[in-house]
Amino acid sequence: MSANEEAARHREVRNAWALSAPALILLLVAAIGPLFIMLVYSFLTPGQYGNVEWKFSWDAWIGTLYSRDIFDGTLKLADAHLTIFWRSVKLSLLTTIITFIVGFPTAWFIATRSPRSRALWLFLITIPFWTNLLIRTFAINEIIRNEGLINSVLMWMGVIDQPINMIYTDTAVFVGMTYVYLPLMVLPLFASIDRFDMRLLEAGYDLYASRWQVLRRVIVPIVRPGIVAGSILVFIPALGAYVTPRILGGGKNMMIGNFIELQFGQGRNWPLGAALSVLLLIVVTIALMFYVRASTKGTNNG
Amino acid sequence: MADRSFSASRLPGFTATAIFVFIALYLPILMLVIGSFNGGESIGAWQGFTLSWFAKAWANDHVKDATIRSLVIASLAAVISTTVATMAAIATTRRRPFRGQTFIYLMINQPLMVPEIVTAVALLIFFASIKVATGYQGLGYLIAAHSAFCVPFAYLPIRARLEGMDLTLETAAADLYASPWLTFRRVTLPLLLPGIIAGMMLAFVTSLDDVVITLFVKSAGQDTLPTYMLAQVRRQISPEIYAISTVLLALTIVLLTLFFILTRKKD
Repeated sequence: MSANEEAARHREVRNAWALSAPALILLLVAAIGPLFIMLVYSFLTPGQYGNVEWKFSWDAWIGTLYSRDIFDGTLKLADAHLTIFWRSVKLSLLTTIITFIVGFPTAWFIATRSPRSRALWLFLITIPFWTNLLIRTFAINEIIRNEGLINSVLMWMGVIDQPINMIYTDTAVFVGMTYVYLPLMVLPLFASIDRFDMRLLEAGYDLYASRWQVLRRVIVPIVRPGIVAGSILVFIPALGAYVTPRILGGGKNMMIGNFIELQFGQGRNWPLGAALSVLLLIVVTIALMFYVRASTKGTNNG
Repeated sequence: MADRSFSASRLPGFTATAIFVFIALYLPILMLVIGSFNGGESIGAWQGFTLSWFAKAWANDHVKDATIRSLVIASLAAVISTTVATMAAIATTRRRPFRGQTFIYLMINQPLMVPEIVTAVALLIFFASIKVATGYQGLGYLIAAHSAFCVPFAYLPIRARLEGMDLTLETAAADLYASPWLTFRRVTLPLLLPGIIAGMMLAFVTSLDDVVITLFVKSAGQDTLPTYMLAQVRRQISPEIYAISTVLLALTIVLLTLFFILTRKKD
C-alpha cells in the first residue's frame, strides 16, 4: 500500500518535471545560460574589432572603476565611470522615492473606491503599465522639451519669456523615469492596501490616534510588503534603464545601461561591457535579497 | 458612502494627489495622440486635423517591414511561451509541493528579476558566437529570446486561473472512467482556456513592446517596430512616429480590454 503510494508520488513528481522541462530548457538556452557565458567574457581580452580574444585578463574588472594612464600606464580612479554609477543610483533612488510619495495616495484612492468604479480606476492605471515604454518616453518628451507643453503654457501665461531647458538633463531623465515606472509602484501598493481591513483605521481613530499616527503605526506596517515590492519593481528597471535616459538624457547624461551599450558599439570593449553587466546583476541580486528578507519579516509581524 | 469618514477623505490630500497622478499619466499620452492628427510638423501649434501622418507611415516600406517582423515575432513568441508556460503551470499548481518546485518557480520568473540590459548583453555575447559558428543570421534568435522573456507573463495568468479552478469536474470525469488525457482535453483545457488566452495576449503585448533585448540580439536589417522608432529619434520626433505610436496604443488598449473581460471574476 505505502509502496504503491510512494511509486505514485514518484510518478507525479517525474511528470511535473517532464511538463516543466520545455519551459526550463527555453529559459536556460535563451535567458539564464547566457548569463554564465557573460561572466566568462568579463575575464577575457577585448578583440580589436569587437568581440573577444580568448586570453584571460583582469583588465575589464579593473576597468570598471579605474582607467589606465595612456603615457605611464598608472591606474587612477575613472571619474567618468564613477559619475555614471552615481547618477544611476541617485536617479533610481529618487525615482523610487517620488513614485512612492505620489503612488501611495493613488493606490489608496483606488482601493477605497466602490467595487464597481475600482475596476475602472485600476484599468486606467494598467493601460499606461502595458503601453510601450518607448511611446510613453516620447509622450513625456513632448511635454518637457523646449517647445513642449510646459514651456508653451508658461510662456503663453507670461510667467517666463525664455523656455526652461529641461530636456537632456538629469532632471529630464528623473521626470521621465518617474512617469514610466509609476504604475509599477501603484499596482503592488494597491494589492496590499486592498487586503487592508479598514476597521483597523476606525479602531485607531477611536483610540484617539492622530491621522499621522494612524498612517505610521497602523497603515504602513500592514501594507509594508506592497511598499517593498513596489520599491523593488521600480528600482530594478530604473537602475538598468536604457531607453528613457537615451531619449531624455541625450548623449551626455548616460546611465549604466547606456554605458554598457557603448562598450558593444563605439567602445569595442566587450569584456568591460560584460563586467559592468555582471556588476549591475550583483547590485540587483542584493536588492532582491533585501526584498525577500523584508517581505518575510512583514508576514511575521502581520 | 458610509465608510467615507474612515478612509481616503480622512487622509488629507490623497484624493487630490490621485487625481493629479491620473491627469499626469494621461495628459502626455493624449498630447501624443493629438499630435499624430495635427496638420503641422510641430505639436505646439494646432494646424488642422489630418490623417496624412498615418498615410505616410503606411506608405513607408521600412515601417511596413518592421511591422510585419514585429507581428511575426510577437505571434510566434506568444504561441511558444504560452505552450511551455501552460505545461509548467499545470506541473506547478494543484499538487503536493515537491523538491525543486521553488527552483522551477524561480527559473520561470527569472526574466522579471534580471534587468533587461543584462539579459540583452548576455544574449548578444552568446548569439554572436552561434552566429559565427553556424552562419545562421535569421529571425530565430529574436524568436527564441522573445519566447523566453515572455514565459513569466504567460505563466502568471494561467497559474492564477488553475488555482481558482474547481477540482470536482475533473474528479467526476475520472470517476466516469475518462483517461487522464481525455479528462485534460475535454475538462481541464476548456476550463483553462480563458487563462491561456489571457496569458497569450500578455505575452504578445510584452514581445511587441520590447526594445532593449531586440536591439542587442537583432542582426542587420532586422528592425522591429520599436527599434525602428528608437532609431528615428532626433531632436524633434516626427509626427509620423506619433502616428505609429497611436496605432500601437490603440492595439494595446483593445488587447487589454479583452484581457480584462476574460479574466474578470464573476461575482
